[in-house]
Amino acid sequence: MTHVLEARNLVRDYQIPGSLLKKGKTVHAVKGVSFSVDQGKTLAIVGESGCGKSTLARIVTMIDPATSGDMLIDGVKVDIAKERLTPEMRQKVQIVFQNPYGTLNPRKKIGEILTEPLIINTKMKADERQAKAMAMLKKVGLEEKHYGRYPHMFSGGQRQRVAIARALMLNPRLLVLDEPVSALDLSVQAQVLNLLADLQDEFQLTYVFISHDLSVVRYIADDVMVMYYGEAVEYGSREEVFSDPKHSYTRTLFAATPRADVESIKARLARKNAA
Amino acid sequence: MAVVEIKTTAPPTGLAEFWFYFSRNKGAVIGLVVFTIILVLAIFAPIVTPHSPSIQNRDVLLLPPALSAGGQWTYLLGTDAVGRDILSRLIYGARFSLFIGLVVVTLSVISGVLVGLVAGYFRGRTDTIIMRVMDIILAFPSLLLALVLVAVLGPGLLNAMIAISLVNLPHFVRLTRAAVMSERTKDYVIASRVAGAGTLRLMFLTILPNCLAPLIVQATLAFSAAILDAAALGFLGMGAQPPTPEWGTMLAEAREFIQRAWWVVTFPGLAILITVLAINLMGDGLRDALDPKLKRS
Amino acid sequence: MSLFEVENLVVEFQTAAGPFRAVDGVSMKVNAGEVLAIVGESGSGKSVSMLAAMGLLPWTAKVTADKLQFNGVDLLGLSASDRRTIVGKDIAMIFQEPVASLNPCFTVGFQIEEVLRIHLGLDKKARRARAIELFDLVGIPNPAERLSHFPHQMSGGQCQRVMIAIALSCNPKLLIADEPTTALDVTIQKQILDLLMRLQAEHGMGLIIITHNMGVVAETADRVIVQYKGRKIEEADVLSLFEAPKSEYTRALLSALPDNATGDRLPTIAEFLSDDQIFAGAVR
Repeated sequence: MTHVLEARNLVRDYQIPGSLLKKGKTVHAVKGVSFSVDQGKTLAIVGESGCGKSTLARIVTMIDPATSGDMLIDGVKVDIAKERLTPEMRQKVQIVFQNPYGTLNPRKKIGEILTEPLIINTKMKADERQAKAMAMLKKVGLEEKHYGRYPHMFSGGQRQRVAIARALMLNPRLLVLDEPVSALDLSVQAQVLNLLADLQDEFQLTYVFISHDLSVVRYIADDVMVMYYGEAVEYGSREEVFSDPKHSYTRTLFAATPRADVESIKARLARKNAA
Repeated sequence: MAVVEIKTTAPPTGLAEFWFYFSRNKGAVIGLVVFTIILVLAIFAPIVTPHSPSIQNRDVLLLPPALSAGGQWTYLLGTDAVGRDILSRLIYGARFSLFIGLVVVTLSVISGVLVGLVAGYFRGRTDTIIMRVMDIILAFPSLLLALVLVAVLGPGLLNAMIAISLVNLPHFVRLTRAAVMSERTKDYVIASRVAGAGTLRLMFLTILPNCLAPLIVQATLAFSAAILDAAALGFLGMGAQPPTPEWGTMLAEAREFIQRAWWVVTFPGLAILITVLAINLMGDGLRDALDPKLKRS
Repeated sequence: MSLFEVENLVVEFQTAAGPFRAVDGVSMKVNAGEVLAIVGESGSGKSVSMLAAMGLLPWTAKVTADKLQFNGVDLLGLSASDRRTIVGKDIAMIFQEPVASLNPCFTVGFQIEEVLRIHLGLDKKARRARAIELFDLVGIPNPAERLSHFPHQMSGGQCQRVMIAIALSCNPKLLIADEPTTALDVTIQKQILDLLMRLQAEHGMGLIIITHNMGVVAETADRVIVQYKGRKIEEADVLSLFEAPKSEYTRALLSALPDNATGDRLPTIAEFLSDDQIFAGAVR
């Protein structure tokens, strides 16, 4: 079976233009990363700010081209630097962003936001589009009455639901989730994670889940890739990575994650009293 | 503790919210009222004016206003050197001033937004060339440039309006460009791109509507600036030509009577002052209401 | 006597939609040398209550309280200028966005020396010596050299260290940390939390940590207050809160942690709790 997404040795460099006195610099944001994801699975990409995970997300979503390396979607090679993207390929990958407040056009109603991808990519009639958008609203846990409202009338969690609905309007194969829950409250985070799990089951969706939060990753991922300064320092199944981290950075990351269980609290209080 | 009701009113509609912030600025409300009165007077000029603006009554040359000695109640603000009723001329003049403001703003907004959108969206060389041209226009004193343009095109109201629009253009270009540049990297624009939206769709349907708030404010202020510029051109003999009852032209005609008939100069001057002040006050209120950065709590 | 004591604090804002009650009758006490964590989700009024206590809210806010005492001094009765001699000196505060909390136009050295000049009236030499000492204390390498850096030349973690140094410059008795690590990476978060805990223990300060992160609470607090929509839902010492939460809301909040996930799906609060049920267990 072909992988839904396969990346071979992806590299992305940025040129920082020089000035009269300074020479231009090349920044290597992603330094040769390879991975693959199968249908219905979730690959989590973990790392701290500046590790290149968002750059990688933009490459996978075909917003920016890779400097070198191959990317295959459903076994078909894509290179947006060389050729124009076909609408079929465009529809296969969609993205959900981190910030629920910047992701929806504030001047458009929810209905317009949801139907826009259909207007651009399909020849559906207006009433079909509306019916599909209404159905999708219900799928993501919103109601039909929300169709005619503006984004500012929604909470962060509801907006993220709308963003997910928009991403699903074109029936994509792959969904890139760029920190989709890090701006949300704990209880809302749980709802959105549940929604994502439900949708994955229903549509056999493939997720690339980008996050810095290890507890979320441990909950949602099948495979985990840890990035550090543009390199994949650790890549394996969730069990492998969490039970037996190989790279020292992964271990640092695990050690730094605050633990909210009773044993760790007892241990901490004991240390404090001893001191 | 006793049950305390926690208010969870529905978020106010856009218009209600706009009015809430706008009405907090008392000056803006006064400006709006004054502007509305002027607008109504201008629209119904033939009905509300006591006399025709161009008919000369040779019996009452330079008649003082009604309240001063020797005034008549039929000529509330007195008459000018050829016996025309000043009040009627001012009311008809409001038509011209508002018309000039409207045409100038429309012209410069449409062209300025187009040019600014192109510059801000495509960046690179296009942007550099456009912005340098705008810098050159801005380097001229605006009235001087307008004068030169009118001198080239020939004096007259229409040419004056074209000249003033061109002088106003760079402000709109810069504003649009800045707004477009800050919007085009936002997530919702990228999301539209990922959905397959093309360049024109992104520019006009996705980005432009989100850049309108600062443009509306600037348009209001440009409206009053246009009235001032048109009056200045009229005063210098390069704008509307006599006997058009345009305020600047009226001032120019009255120049020689400044010593013995104060009212011929004062009232057109006051008309310009009040109108421009009202519009500027309104513009301030608009900025308060539309600029999210200034919104309190 | 407690170091900091608030009774029945109410904060209301005037908005386009009418008055909005952001904090509704919250009471709390902090003793010297104690770490209190205030947890809540967005809109729980946890930041607003602290800003109100420090007199940092805009004029649209109406603040009332039965008691608002710091170190035996009634903060409500103070004039703005008297309040300023306490706030920033005896009560210090650090914020969520370290880079935005520093003025980008001045060097970090200037900004810390400004505080030393205003509150302690030190001369130039003493200010510089103290600034270097403070930077050293919060673990900034090459402190003397770093003083002449601008905020944009430093990372977020370094900026937060500078903020902590500024907050500590006058040896405050109470430090309020408003989401001090939310904008930082996990590894940096760990360093900053460790630093805060070390400094708190060394100086015997009262420390209030405002956060939405249960992990941060578990790693730092002695006592915890849980807030929801401007009201206090639960107050307990940290161990009993995590071991046996008294209120339904806290229980729901803890079970929503992905760490505690047992099945395929996470339990969510809205599914089994209404506002009324949450408030039914509210304490004062």
